[in-house]
Amino acid sequence: MTSQTSTEYEKYYVPEKSRLAICATIGLMLSIFGAASVMNDMTFGDPNEASSSWTIFYCGMFFFAATLFSWFRTAIRENIAGMNSAQLKKSYVLGMFWFIFSEVMFFLAFFGALFYVRNLVGPWLAGEGDGGRMNGMLWPGFEYAWPMMQTPQEAVGGAASQLVANSGTYISPHTSMAFADAHVWWHWLPLWNTLILLSSSFTCHVAHLGILAGDKKKFNLWLGITVLLGIIFLCLQALEYYEAYVEFGLTLNAGIYGSTFFMLTGFHGFHVFMGMTMLLIQLLRSVIGKQFTAEDHFGFEASSWYWHFVDVVWVFLFLFVYIL
Amino acid sequence: MGDHHHGPAKGLSRWLFTTNHKDIGTMYLWFSFSMFILGGAFAMIIRAELFQPGLQLVEPGFFNQMTTLHGLIMVFGAIMPSFVGLANWLIPMMIGAPDMALPRMNNWSFWILPPAFLLLASTLFMEGGAPAAGWTFYAPLSTTYAGPSVTYFIFCIHVLGLSSIMGSINIIATVMNMRAPGMTYMKMPLFVWTWLITAFLLVAVMPVLAGAVTMMLMDVHFNTSFFSAAGGGDPVLFQHVFWFFGHPEVYIIILPAFGVVSQIIPAFSRKPLFGYDSMVYATASIAFLSFIVWAHHMYTVGMPVAGELFFMYATMLIAVPTGVKVFNWISTMWRGALSFETPMLFSIGFLILFTIGGFTGLMLSIAPADFQYHDSYFVVAHFHYVMVAGAVFSMTAAIYFWLPKWCGRMYNETMGKTHFWISFIGFNLTFFPQHFVGLAGMPRRIPDYALQFADFNMMSSIGAFIYGASQILFLYNVIATIRAGDIVTDEKVWDGAEGLEWTVPTPAPYHTFETPPAVKG
Repeated sequence: MTSQTSTEYEKYYVPEKSRLAICATIGLMLSIFGAASVMNDMTFGDPNEASSSWTIFYCGMFFFAATLFSWFRTAIRENIAGMNSAQLKKSYVLGMFWFIFSEVMFFLAFFGALFYVRNLVGPWLAGEGDGGRMNGMLWPGFEYAWPMMQTPQEAVGGAASQLVANSGTYISPHTSMAFADAHVWWHWLPLWNTLILLSSSFTCHVAHLGILAGDKKKFNLWLGITVLLGIIFLCLQALEYYEAYVEFGLTLNAGIYGSTFFMLTGFHGFHVFMGMTMLLIQLLRSVIGKQFTAEDHFGFEASSWYWHFVDVVWVFLFLFVYIL
Repeated sequence: MGDHHHGPAKGLSRWLFTTNHKDIGTMYLWFSFSMFILGGAFAMIIRAELFQPGLQLVEPGFFNQMTTLHGLIMVFGAIMPSFVGLANWLIPMMIGAPDMALPRMNNWSFWILPPAFLLLASTLFMEGGAPAAGWTFYAPLSTTYAGPSVTYFIFCIHVLGLSSIMGSINIIATVMNMRAPGMTYMKMPLFVWTWLITAFLLVAVMPVLAGAVTMMLMDVHFNTSFFSAAGGGDPVLFQHVFWFFGHPEVYIIILPAFGVVSQIIPAFSRKPLFGYDSMVYATASIAFLSFIVWAHHMYTVGMPVAGELFFMYATMLIAVPTGVKVFNWISTMWRGALSFETPMLFSIGFLILFTIGGFTGLMLSIAPADFQYHDSYFVVAHFHYVMVAGAVFSMTAAIYFWLPKWCGRMYNETMGKTHFWISFIGFNLTFFPQHFVGLAGMPRRIPDYALQFADFNMMSSIGAFIYGASQILFLYNVIATIRAGDIVTDEKVWDGAEGLEWTVPTPAPYHTFETPPAVKG
């Protein structure tokens, strides 16, 4: 029998009542209803008809963001007030860890789609495999290569002449994101982005070492550099998208190459934005709020795990989307 | 925030703002029961239409909306939240924890569900009607040929996924971090074990479903070509991503049911569970295998032979750990001092009928044979044996088993047994004939059928109405118990029941185990 007595046990703080969940629900539901309506207006709606979808979406997002702000503020204040036992802190650690795991699985769905398309679907559409003869009849003249610079639809001469039901018009890019199309290595943005993001993981780690040593100055400086590198990454990513759309003809409707490229890099970019915001908030908490000590800095630690996760995803992106 | 905790708040704010695992569990259970009634009503429409051949009551398009919503609501609205509700009520009490690890997030996980389902159900009244591509919503039926309601549906799935992921993270954190001292992993009640593994599965595959519906969203609104061959994609890609989620999902539904039965059968056999360790390992093996068998839902889609073989053998392997479980339950009952109260009846019903569902699953796993069975009523019969007689029967058993503990009142045993027998007969009358019509070639998801299937379909429909009606009896029994059932005060409501939840007073107080209990070696 290995039980603690009740005097040794540090009570696990269970908040009594909270409006946060209901407010977050209202914000989230308004946001998704607004977002869905915006998209339906775009695809199915009458462009001349006035619609309040955007307003609903913005109201929802604002309300949601305000609730989350309040939620995290509450959690931080509880911690500062000393209400969090070591056991409760471990719950937060586990929560963050499994949240990141779920994010990994989200990216896995898109990487899985990429592998499936590149290794199986592409060759099949070009006539390989058991169904090859049928595909040969459906898409005569289609030759598979990656990056896919000609869609099956274009191979048969456009949407009007394809034999299967038409679901859209796909226009391939004339230049891909691959290194071979960049001509000079220092024009190749993904390389710079890789260097920036890898160094930001390093600077983030230096900031971590700083706070562990109780050196707030070092912590603030290196965390600031990390946030700055994150912002530079996002700017370069925006530049790359601009280049893709305007100069390369690589768009969302450029067939499966464009689809996988933008979804993978887009979701990654969104996660970089989230991670950068998280780190920025930790920086503000440290500089303005004078928070964090060598022993107690979980807000930063969790954000840094997220940042390293985003970095690892990028390494795989660089490898499978840009290089191979 | 004094040293002592207060009881529940008064009025509506108790439920809206609560952080109490018992309140949240109760809300999950009532919500899932209301979804069970709604999804059941849709099933009644389906069976009424199929009562006789020919188009009788509804338009074929509406029929498709009914099959789609019935599936979605039963899977995501009824069964999954019901087990989350059970987890909320029981896991903290079973491991000696004061509450769930992250109580505010727990409340949020619940409260996003009702509005999401309200939005999903409201698509019925939208232009073009509700989604009608089946609960599996295969592309391109759900993309190229979908109406505006698909957008709301996609966002609903995102919200349900969010709810499941947060709920699961909470369960994992609770089980890993909140066990009372001495409650080692291999001493945890099996219900806690099965839920821990289920939560891992949920965190792993709900994001994949989110990925699948996101690809749909992009194809519908932003002209990407994930599921369009013309752009170099593949509609079959949807099926792969969907079933990578969908097969573990099947075990997400059934593993907690295994856990429930593993608590109830020992209690009414008055013997410890036979082969506890092997139960844990079998559960983990099933969870692992669930990730490498998804394409057995897609044998007829034109996979390479090597793929068919791999998925066939991997699927058959699942029969091994599942067999371990079934034999363990039977061995638990062997030479036990058995008694047959309602929870035990439902558990034995589960054991027999789930095993039948398992065997038909084994038949379906044989790739060449599946070419005949695929998308027939045989498949419908198979998965209703595991979903209804598996998950729903065990859930019903759980309610009868723990309800007296929760509310301190005993349900009416005669009514409970009547409920069981009507359910058992109604269920088998509904779904057993569907094996025959399926083998004879009746396809699923159709509003009309060939004349030779008429008799069996009429039997099915009568059975469905009986089964549906028996749930009203269940609802009445539960409400009557809560309001005016015989008072029970014994901590151990059932003399054979074991576990920490039976050491707290009956009815279970609002807060339990604020300091951890001592767990015996």
